[in-house]
Amino acid sequence: MPASRIPTLIALPAAVLWAVPFLWMLVASLRPGYAPDIASLLPHGPFGADNIVEAWQDGSFPIWYLNTILLCGGILVVQFVTISMAGYAFARLHFRGERLVFAAFLLQLLLVPTLLIVPNLTTLSALGLYDTLTGVAAPYLASAFGVFLMRQTFRAIPRDYEEAAMLDGASRRQVITSILLPMARPGLLAFAIVSVTSHWNEFLWPLMVISSPSHQVLTVGLASFASGSEAGGTWGVLAAGTLLVAGPLLLGFVAFQRQFTQSFVFTGIK
Amino acid sequence: MPDALVDLATVLPTVPQPQRHVGARSQAGTAWLLLLPSVLLLIAFTYWPIAQVTWRSLDQARLGQASTFGLGNYARMFADPHFAQAAWNNLLYAVFTVVPSIVLALLFALALRENTRLDAILRTLVVLPLLIPLVAAGALFTFILLPGEGLLDFYLAKLGVGATNWLGNPSLALGAVIAITVWKNTGYYMLFFLAGLAAVPTELLDAARVDGAGAWNRLRHVTLPLLGPTFGFVIPIALLNALTQVDHVVTMTRGGPSDSTNLLLYYIYQQAEQNFDPGVASAATVVSVASLLALALLALRTSDRNAHHAS
Repeated sequence: MPASRIPTLIALPAAVLWAVPFLWMLVASLRPGYAPDIASLLPHGPFGADNIVEAWQDGSFPIWYLNTILLCGGILVVQFVTISMAGYAFARLHFRGERLVFAAFLLQLLLVPTLLIVPNLTTLSALGLYDTLTGVAAPYLASAFGVFLMRQTFRAIPRDYEEAAMLDGASRRQVITSILLPMARPGLLAFAIVSVTSHWNEFLWPLMVISSPSHQVLTVGLASFASGSEAGGTWGVLAAGTLLVAGPLLLGFVAFQRQFTQSFVFTGIK
Repeated sequence: MPDALVDLATVLPTVPQPQRHVGARSQAGTAWLLLLPSVLLLIAFTYWPIAQVTWRSLDQARLGQASTFGLGNYARMFADPHFAQAAWNNLLYAVFTVVPSIVLALLFALALRENTRLDAILRTLVVLPLLIPLVAAGALFTFILLPGEGLLDFYLAKLGVGATNWLGNPSLALGAVIAITVWKNTGYYMLFFLAGLAAVPTELLDAARVDGAGAWNRLRHVTLPLLGPTFGFVIPIALLNALTQVDHVVTMTRGGPSDSTNLLLYYIYQQAEQNFDPGVASAATVVSVASLLALALLALRTSDRNAHHAS
């Protein structure tokens, strides 16, 4: 056995322990009915999708999925526009006060909207956006993270392409949309993964903004759903509901692991 | 790698950048136009809220009264034992989530850094919690920590340990909430340490090996110092998380039992949503934002000093 395998073997039990909650989620959601040993991690039959069906019927999953997808998609589309514009301005244009504005963006990395829930809620009410998905999205439509990322991405693209196009009479808008943005695709994709992951998983802010059940998102839905199954002791259904909420991103991660990992590291560093 | 780049930049002669003076004014106009949407949103949802919450924290009026300004809200907040408890809990929560999750992340990264299939699978297992909502983690752990029937007690019973009310016992509940946070965040920080480790030049490690440095000394004197920048941004991220991640407190313990898991952001949420006391909620927000800014400044100064020390 090569020496480099020894650390792996030491870490192995800990890494397996890390996966126990997921293992239980899978096993328990596939065991129908009441089982006194519902805590058991050893998969033993009978198996069936009853819990998943029951979770789907107990909760309002179709509407929660729809709202979550609309929220994440809507935020992302607007962010793409705002971060590309601002990223280009910082990467390619010179103007008075550039450093000051950049520093003002920097501060948003710290002052995350989660901390500012109280005043932001007041602002939303004043704008008439309380209890709307637009209201949940509003504080995230400008992203300092995204602006830095696009600035770095644009700066890494040689100016030659743009200068050649400009000599051929292309406008600045054409340069951005048909030359820079296609070349910035890796940066945009990295941003998309991180943005969707964080908004899919967010809880406290949508909890405070949304009051109508028809506007509810997955995380807030899961919280009320979970307290229901907790009260009823239907732990298999709780596991199935959690699987329905967490499943899409887990699947995406397992399928595109390299891309996800690079995105998290990339956006963390920039 | 970043250090190598900095060195390169100081060695290379500066290449004069072509300056375009023509059209400087129109360039500035375009820049502001492009920045406008982001700047407006930044003002509306970052700067205006700070001004507004500061103003509101000084307005002592209770519901329906006329505004009077002073430090009344702060006085009420500091006199509130729930606030003191939340601040103390948050300090414990910060220390005991940040330190263990970063140490574990580093250990996992060191142990699982090889390009083998087994290491890749184990890395995946550790990263998975990053992908799920904290509320989902809360739902899973509600069952895991369930007294008697739950997963932890089910397996502890096989070792002869009796049932424990993990979330219902005031001296255990904060520990349980901390454990969930550590479980959730370790994989995220591990990703940064893996990236940092990949950037450590193998020549340096080989040179140390030739000089007779053992594994521990290579780690202590070569690898760890080179991971300085990684610590420099993982620690602030972890501290920010300690102030903002309270979803599991909201869904699992509601700050209890007897305030033992109350944290600052949950206290703010309680004052705003349950006690309808925007004055105290605003004062607590101002205190949280101020302590965050103070921590950030401290981190900046420390990393500045380290940078000078290194050069």
